[in-house]
Amino acid sequence: MCKSLESGVWSRESDSRLQTPDSRLYMNKDQQLDLYYFMLLTRSLEDRLESLLKQGKIKGGLFCSLGQEATAVGSAYALDKNFGDILSPLTRDMGAMMVMGALPREVFASYLARAASPNRGRDQNIHITDLERGFIGTISPLGTLVGVMNGVVLAARMQGKKTVGMVYIGDGATSTGMFHEAANFAAVQNLPLVIIGESNAYAYSTPTSRQMRIENLADRAKAYGMPSEIVDGNDAIAVYESARRAVTRAREGGGPTFIEAKTFRMRGHAAHDNQSYVPKEVLDYWRSRDPIDNFRRHLIDDQIASSKEIEAVDAKVEARLDEDQQWAESQPAPEPEDALGDVYADAGAKGLTAESS
Amino acid sequence: MPPITLLEAIRQGIWEEMERDSSVFVLGEDVGIYGGAFKLTEGFIEKFGAERVIDTPISESAIVGAACGAAMMGMRPVAEMQFIDFISCCFDVLTNYAAKSRYRQGVGIPIVVRGPCGGGVHGGPFHSQNVEAFFLNTPGLKMVEPSTPYDAKGLIKAAIRDDDPVLFFEHKLLYRNPKIKQDVPEEDYIVPIGKAAIRREGRDITVVTYGAMVYTAMDAAERLEEEGIEMEVIDLRTLQPFDREAVIESVKKTSKVIILHEATRTGGMAGELTAVINEEAFEHLDGPVMRVTAIDTPVPYAPPLEEYFLPQVDDVLKAARSLARY
Repeated sequence: MCKSLESGVWSRESDSRLQTPDSRLYMNKDQQLDLYYFMLLTRSLEDRLESLLKQGKIKGGLFCSLGQEATAVGSAYALDKNFGDILSPLTRDMGAMMVMGALPREVFASYLARAASPNRGRDQNIHITDLERGFIGTISPLGTLVGVMNGVVLAARMQGKKTVGMVYIGDGATSTGMFHEAANFAAVQNLPLVIIGESNAYAYSTPTSRQMRIENLADRAKAYGMPSEIVDGNDAIAVYESARRAVTRAREGGGPTFIEAKTFRMRGHAAHDNQSYVPKEVLDYWRSRDPIDNFRRHLIDDQIASSKEIEAVDAKVEARLDEDQQWAESQPAPEPEDALGDVYADAGAKGLTAESS
Repeated sequence: MPPITLLEAIRQGIWEEMERDSSVFVLGEDVGIYGGAFKLTEGFIEKFGAERVIDTPISESAIVGAACGAAMMGMRPVAEMQFIDFISCCFDVLTNYAAKSRYRQGVGIPIVVRGPCGGGVHGGPFHSQNVEAFFLNTPGLKMVEPSTPYDAKGLIKAAIRDDDPVLFFEHKLLYRNPKIKQDVPEEDYIVPIGKAAIRREGRDITVVTYGAMVYTAMDAAERLEEEGIEMEVIDLRTLQPFDREAVIESVKKTSKVIILHEATRTGGMAGELTAVINEEAFEHLDGPVMRVTAIDTPVPYAPPLEEYFLPQVDDVLKAARSLARY
């Protein structure tokens, strides 16, 4: 058994399979500030959601991506909207959706269960889909969307497009049947799909060592004849670089890639979970590897941007969130009878079961 | 054209839809080079190519998952379950993804998941089931089961053109049954989803049924005619959403009703139909709504066991005679 998985501590220095980034110097300033913006937007948005939860305004669960922002943002940033690229995030990949153009107001309205939310109060979380902007919401049985994303890129290929799909899966959900079926299907069909495996040490409370006997998630890819990479999931540029390689390969007909991003979930599974099963020293270790703090440090230390420029991004995030939160909180709840309809396309079948009484 | 079998009718229906609409494609286990376990897609790969006739791994979840994703992107996939029993392997993606997508996220999933159902061929517990009750409790799915070649061709076309996910059940006992061969029109036609057919008119007792049991009901109706009992036979054709109007109209006429199906009894279509009849036509009933169904066991293999399991003409006669006394 891998020591790092047992302990929950993975170190970049000791991992021989790690892909190290080489584009740190080549990503231009605007791109790097973009990464910073989307990571910070994600974290600040989730901070606000947590406050809303404490105020009792969010009725359902709240799932945060704290600590995993770099994986979501860096990977999605490698996609190209000009080709109609499309992704399906997990609940901890809000940043990926933001990169594709999802708006904080949509997330606020969704969690607050407002009529104006993208799913009109009918679903929670960030289960939000917009095919035009290029994101497909997940569903709670994880693994399912890997199979669905196969079809998305299969269709695009049949339609003569060069679209690449990206789908996210946690270490836990790589144990599902659908994951194995879909990864194999993608490989057999040589589909233009990039699978981002988020190795965040725990699936709810169960450590990765109880999910699998292999050392790395990426080892799963061998079984499907699929190339894989391991990347520091807390380094947005490293993730971007790895994803860009995979996206290019997929677009050129090279088939699917599995990218394992080593990261850590700094909160419990959901807001109710105090994460008592995670040793304090593990949390401390990963706190020192915080993807946003470290990125900010990199921007300054490597003289990519000035403190003033970074502060301007911080202010932009806050202004955006102020406006969107205010908007969402002013929206009404749906009317009770909005529960009816849209079960079927044809009007005749609307509210099929409710009509019978 | 000579009369055709039910299997040939479905084959023609899919073939014509693929000729008509380039977004229609088929995928499943052995559907390509081999032409399908029942040879329903024989010749398809030669005509339409491997890109539109996809041989897949043995992965029902991945098959239906891919169908869902492709449908979201504007395609019209037709996924085959080699035997409909195996649809249980993709229960999650059907019930949680396909069925809920329009309601949750405003994105329709126009897929057809089709395959052979039903017993009577000594297929045992895993090649004989009728699975409609598994899905009856899932709003968002449609379910269709034709009993005639004409309906099969018209309904498979309607299912492919439908904007919602349609589960299409094909009773394997009817696939090549020469007795039910039919002429079908040369020109394009559909049979609308959601409409029942009256197979035989009668004023005394209504039998509501579908699939291969339509023929069991017809045989029973003939026998009862000799006893002076007129039985009306309604073929639902669509199981979800079923044709309430046709059922209620018939019940109002006869005041006595038997629900006949080959699936097992508890929690089945018959229970749901009974409830609807109670709610909407109680005043018209002269007797209890009766169920004639398979017994509540897995489908057994040995011929005497399977015969005991399946509803027989005699079971319908017994129910009809007891109902006639009210």
